Amino acid sequence: MGIGIRIENLRKVYDSPPPSAARGGGFSFVAQRSAGPKQKKKKFEVVALDGISMEMRAGEIFGLLGPNGAGKSTTIGILTTRTAPTSGRAFVGEYDVWQQQVKAKRLIGVVPQRPNLDFALTAREILLFHGAYFGQGRKEREEKAQKLLEHFKLTDRADHMVRGFSGGMMQRISIARAMMHDPEVLFLDEPSAGLDPQTRLLLWEIIREYNALGKTIVLTTHYMDEADALCHRLAIVDHGKVIAQGTPEELKASIPGGYLLKLRFDRAPDDLVAALKQLPGVSEARLKEAGAVDLYADRGGALIAAIVSAAQAAGVELRDVHIAEPSLENLFLHHTGRSLRD
Amino acid sequence: MNWRTFYALLARDGHVARRNLLPMLLQNLLQPLLLTFVFGRVLTAGGMMKGSFKDVLLPGVMAISMTLSGVQGVAMPLITEFQFTKEIEDRLLAPIANGWLAVEKIVAGMIQALIAGLVVIPAAWLTLGPGVHISFAQPLEFALVCLLVALFASAGGLALGCSVGQTQIGLMFSLVLAPMMMFGCAYYPWSFLSAFPVLQYAVLINPLVYASEGLRGALAPQVPHIDLLIVMGALAIIDLALIVVGLSKFQKKAVS
Repeated sequence: MGIGIRIENLRKVYDSPPPSAARGGGFSFVAQRSAGPKQKKKKFEVVALDGISMEMRAGEIFGLLGPNGAGKSTTIGILTTRTAPTSGRAFVGEYDVWQQQVKAKRLIGVVPQRPNLDFALTAREILLFHGAYFGQGRKEREEKAQKLLEHFKLTDRADHMVRGFSGGMMQRISIARAMMHDPEVLFLDEPSAGLDPQTRLLLWEIIREYNALGKTIVLTTHYMDEADALCHRLAIVDHGKVIAQGTPEELKASIPGGYLLKLRFDRAPDDLVAALKQLPGVSEARLKEAGAVDLYADRGGALIAAIVSAAQAAGVELRDVHIAEPSLENLFLHHTGRSLRD
Repeated sequence: MNWRTFYALLARDGHVARRNLLPMLLQNLLQPLLLTFVFGRVLTAGGMMKGSFKDVLLPGVMAISMTLSGVQGVAMPLITEFQFTKEIEDRLLAPIANGWLAVEKIVAGMIQALIAGLVVIPAAWLTLGPGVHISFAQPLEFALVCLLVALFASAGGLALGCSVGQTQIGLMFSLVLAPMMMFGCAYYPWSFLSAFPVLQYAVLINPLVYASEGLRGALAPQVPHIDLLIVMGALAIIDLALIVVGLSKFQKKAVS
């Protein structure tokens, strides 16, 4: 039971601007110009995926975590037959997505980043026709649609055109549609972007419920807490590469020390940094900018007294302390040197 | 090939078309019918045109209506659905090869064009008033020409719909459809262009010429027209070319 996914050395180079879903809010790629001597026109080229390999196991909730423009949507696009890879292979179950498209399509349900609902139809018709595309008989699809409309609390607007729906309602009908043909793998691209906290919790519950049926779920997110709370395993991607992979616990444990203490002094001479490095439980001390030091340690508040004495001994003043508990945010920061929201 | 999915896609387009039936008919038939009334009724009644002009006009108006509804019936939804909302993605994810969705669009467009053509015959007849001489003595030729014209319209709609962006719709009308209609021999037989020899041969790249002349040959053979065999051959070649272009453009557009 359950369908796994395998990605082998995927590369994707866009030679025209990528689709909006893959672009995200702040498109962070740098367009590379080809360096031929006779080039007539600046060639548009964007490397979205730079040799990504990973495996999503059957029946797990797998998260792709990364900032905008990291390559998350492109990965989903390739796995769902919407984006052609430049090289590399992608398998859903035993099917090569780009060799046996129709067979792969039967196994997957897709919730896109922006609702791509059929605006010419009502909510119920969207579900009914979607069921019909997948060969469901009339009775089967009518029952299924009704059940989903009830489950997603859409019955009162079921026979309205979706054009006038709010963002949250469109999101719900998108998810209902993706579940209509009972796919073995459900892809959700930034499912909680733009949802209020309450709807977000509802969404998490729906995802967990569907996963409990033995279905594989792949989602992208740039929210650390979402990845942490929801995913069994994660891949952190940035600039088209996988930076780290594993369970949230494994990943958090991989940060040296786990705790991150951001310290600010009025100045930070080298001997202070060296002294901080010697404190018990400290695995790394990084001088960030004038007076700012990042300390990775296996404990948090317990270190403060020692830090203060070290500062006094060096004759500097401690001005600010921020303690971050082990989190994926810290992990991202550790691997890339910048925050997810940068 | 997955017929259930294909049929479901077709049913979806049929459902949407039925919902928009009245606006669609008005959009595609009103203008040609108004033209028919002015030129075929008012001007003939006033004596500025000969009564036989009615026989020239009716097949021409039918060709224009079929072309407009086929082209628009396929191109306009495609242009919207390929925009940033990507409405078409739901259907691209249906368990069928992407190319079949394009084929389905062509079939749906053909059905629309045929319906428009069949509606316009009685409508134009009524608009033109007494003195129209059309015959259905060549049913096979008529049916074949109708099918070829419908195919040209919807395959053309596919090719256009996959090449034009939403911002260029106005341009598509004024640069492609308007000249096509004026130089499509819909309002005059092709032989009348003999006074403008260069134009007479230049318009032969316009598929609407064959549509108008073919329907004229089938419905009103007493009016001078291009030989039906030549018309059918030309339409078949044009249809084939538009299908090839349309399908390849669709495939490119369907995947990023």
